[in-house]
Formats: sequence, structure tokens, C-alpha cells
Amino acid sequence: MSFFSWAWDWVTTDAYWHGTGWQGSGSIPQQLVAHLGYSALPLLIAALIGVPAGVAIGHRGGKGAVVVINVANAWRAIPTLGLLILLAVFLGFSPLTWLLPLVVLAIPPILVNAYEGVAGVDRDVKDAAKGAGMTTWQQVIKVEVPIALPLILVGLRTAAIFVVATATIAAYIGLGGLGRFIIDGLANSQYGPVAGGALLVVILAVLVLALFAGLSWLLVPAGLRRQGRSN
Amino acid sequence: MPLRTGATYGLAVLAAVAVAAVSACSTSSSSSSTASAAASSSTSSGSNPLAPAASSGSVVVGSANFPEDELLAEIYAQALQAKGVKVSTKLNIGAREVYYPQIAKGAISIIPEYNGSLLTVSVDPSSTATTTAAVDAALTAKLPSTLEILNPSSATDSDSVTVTQATATKYHLKTIADLAPYAKDWTFGGPPEFKTRSDGLSGLKKNYGLTFKAFDPLDESGPITLAALTSGKVQAADVFTTTPQILTDHLTSLADPKFNFAAQNVIPLVYKPAATPTITSTLNAVSAKLTTAALLQMDNAVITDHANYSTVAAGFLKAEGLS
Repeated sequence: MSFFSWAWDWVTTDAYWHGTGWQGSGSIPQQLVAHLGYSALPLLIAALIGVPAGVAIGHRGGKGAVVVINVANAWRAIPTLGLLILLAVFLGFSPLTWLLPLVVLAIPPILVNAYEGVAGVDRDVKDAAKGAGMTTWQQVIKVEVPIALPLILVGLRTAAIFVVATATIAAYIGLGGLGRFIIDGLANSQYGPVAGGALLVVILAVLVLALFAGLSWLLVPAGLRRQGRSN
Repeated sequence: MPLRTGATYGLAVLAAVAVAAVSACSTSSSSSSTASAAASSSTSSGSNPLAPAASSGSVVVGSANFPEDELLAEIYAQALQAKGVKVSTKLNIGAREVYYPQIAKGAISIIPEYNGSLLTVSVDPSSTATTTAAVDAALTAKLPSTLEILNPSSATDSDSVTVTQATATKYHLKTIADLAPYAKDWTFGGPPEFKTRSDGLSGLKKNYGLTFKAFDPLDESGPITLAALTSGKVQAADVFTTTPQILTDHLTSLADPKFNFAAQNVIPLVYKPAATPTITSTLNAVSAKLTTAALLQMDNAVITDHANYSTVAAGFLKAEGLS
């Protein structure tokens, strides 16, 4: 059997939708909801940190920006599962244990894209905004951020896909989410839940992609849309 | 060691990260073991653990590729040397699948084994024996004619139901059976397959009538399980009986009088044609003195404190009057 037939057989097994298919692993709807929760919160926190930071650095520019952006890129090398286990050992099982590794994972793409977006705003446009008598705050909010929006959304979208795909690690410390099926399946040498759980993660990631495509259609002014596709 | 089916998956990533550290460790430990091997034998045959058997007149003590088995091999080798037996060592050979064929054909003469895993992995996978006596009887009946087991020690490295010392004191817990009044309010932690394994939750229910309030799927007696236990996320967990953190984190493994978990006594596996009465009596004397508590102390010394294997082994033999 191929991956897809294993996955399909499992996903379409009625019992797994009612939580009776497998002792203690929960039902598919329940773990889907849990997975969304484990994804949404870290993404929100990372956005609240990464977008303002990226915009501020992009606006200021200079040598400091180069340092921050390179640190953010190097930051991507932090192994998420390693960090999770480290935190489990040192923090025990506080919510930070699963939250922090996912926030750490999501910040770099958000920060770097927000920076690139704002730093890349045409010099002439910035000068025009200044010349029109806008305060710094107004320049950033009314001119630079809207122009950078396609790239900011690209950063959020990339981070969202990272987080949705990686939130499976919550199951490693005994929590829920779609990782539950994958990890329990591996532990019991059952390929069905492993393939099915992975398929559900992929489907969720594609839905997230679609969500951001819709968001970008709604939020980005028509004249700027082409820019977002370039990255 | 007990069967470790499956659950190494998640640690693969960590393992990759830890490769540098681990290889550094194994370099230092293997250099100490080769040093002791060279000191103990004039016929040490290089570093290839799978090289042909050493020349006649010398017995070869082998070990699997994890710290505890290397330590046990070091103990066997030094005890035999003390009785005038010419010994060479081939430590850190590999998993059972690798060394078992080697001892069956005599390339290794002696290896420290665990009776339960030896039986179900290499000798008779269908066996359902769980007590030390039943496992040893099954081994004696089923081992190939070239191999024999000597007396089992009381030291075991098996799965166990483990609680913190504070919990054990508070609820007066000695054996798994003592959990009966509390299990319904407690969460149990173990590897995910503990839910479905026959010696897992269903075994605890069958043998001791225990039904826990909840089960947390964690890892195999690793950092996640230990953190869950010490932080109180779970009140009892599946921990291997010679995990050094039992000492450092102040844990207590509860006795398993009904053998829910199959026996895993440390036992010498011997290539019969190499055995002599001196070898048999010496190793049986070691087994008579070896306890889980002593093994746990020594594991902690070599794993946590990075003590030298041969020093730790020599200390044990001296303390027990075996050298």
C-alpha cells in the first residue's frame, strides 16, 4: 500500500472520528482543534513581537539592522525539539515548555520579512511622505506598513506553515494535537495513524496557505498585489 | 536492557545534535577500556571488536554498546583476572543482534546479559515466561548447545513503576500493589506504547487491579518522563530500574512481586567450550554479590559523574571481597 492509501484508510475510519479507534489518542476533530490551538497562540505571540520589531528595524535601517537580521536568520538553526526537551527538563511542564519553542520557530520569518518589506520601500515615497508633513509615526503606519504589507503577510504565512507543521511536537511531552496520532502510531508500529496524522497536518498547512492568500486579497491594495508574489 | 521497541524516533533529532558530544564521550571511555584491556592481556587484538577470537589460553569478555553492559564486562574481566584467568576484553561491540552470533560461535567467551531480553530477543521470541526462575529455565532449555547461562544476580535492569521518594514515604509505598487505593486519582506516565503493551496498563490492571485516572504518553524512561515525575505532572511512571536519575532525582522503584514486567536479571552468558570451573565459580560469586542498588550506584558513577569504568569495577570487587 502507498502512503496515501494508508493515510486515506485511516482518515476515513469512522472510529477515529469518534475517539474510539484507539485507546487514549483522542478523536480526529478533538485533536484538530487542539492542534489549531497549539499553532494559533505561538503564531500570535510571534507576530506581536516580530512585526513591530521588523518594522522598527526596517524604518531605522543602518548597521544595527544588519546585525539584528543576521541574528534572526542564525536563530532559525535552533532545533525546536531539542529546545522543547531542554525546557521540559528545566521548566517542567509549564505552558512555556511547548509555547516557547514554537514562538522561537515563528519569529525569524516574520521579523525578516517585515524588515525587508519596510526597508525596501522606495526612497522617493518616503521622502514624499516626509515632505507632505507626516510625523514619523504617520510615515510608518500610513505609508511604509501598507506598502510592506505583502511581504509582512508572506512572513506570517511562512511562520504559520512552520508552526502548523511543527506543533506536532506538543505530543512529545504528552500533550494533544495531530502529533498524538503520529507519535502513538510510531510507538505502536502502526503505520495508519502515522500516515493519516501526517496527511491531516499537510491538509491543515494547505488550508493555512489558502487562508493567507485570501487575507492578502482582502488587505493588500490592488496596485501592490504583484509584490507579494515575488517572494 | 529491556526491549526498546519503537520509541527512539523523537530522539533521532537530538541524537544528531548530540553526536559530537557522544562521540567525544565514547572516545574517552573506549580509550580507558582499551587501556585496561591492554593491561589485562598480552593478547589484545587491536580495536576491531569483531576480529577473530583471541589466541588460546585466554577468555574474551565482550559487552554490548551501552555503559552498563561495559561496566559489567569490566567487573567480570577484573574478577576473573584476580583468580588468575587470562582475560582480554572486547567492549562496546554492538546490539544483541551483533554480539549474539559471535558468542554462539565462540569469538567471545563471556558476555553480561539480561535474562528476559536474551530470551525474548535472541532465543525464543514466543516465550511468555516472566519470573526469574521461569525465564532461566526457558533459557536453559532453549539455548544452543554451545551456550550456557550461569547463576542470575539479583541486579535487574527492567521496566518498573517508579514514584518520587516523597510520594513513597507519604503513602507508604513498597510494591506496586500498594498503589491500589490511590491509582484511581493518579496519572501514570510512560512511553506511548505502554497503553497497548501487554505489560503496560493492561498488565497493571490484570496483575494488580490498578486503573489509573489518566495516562500521559511520554518517552522511554528519558528526560520527559523524569521531568514529568519530578514536577508532579504524573504521580507514577515507567522508569528503568538502573536509570541514574533514580538516585539523583530521589525516586523509588516499587517492587513487582507478581512479575508484571518480565525479569531482567544480570546474568553471565558463557560459550561452553571456554568455561572452566574457575570461571564458573568466579562469575557466580560476582552474581551473588551484585544487587540493583549496587549497579545503580555504579551506573550513576560512570554515566553521571563520568568515572572511569575500570576504577568503578575495581572498587566494587574490592568492597565485596572479590579481588
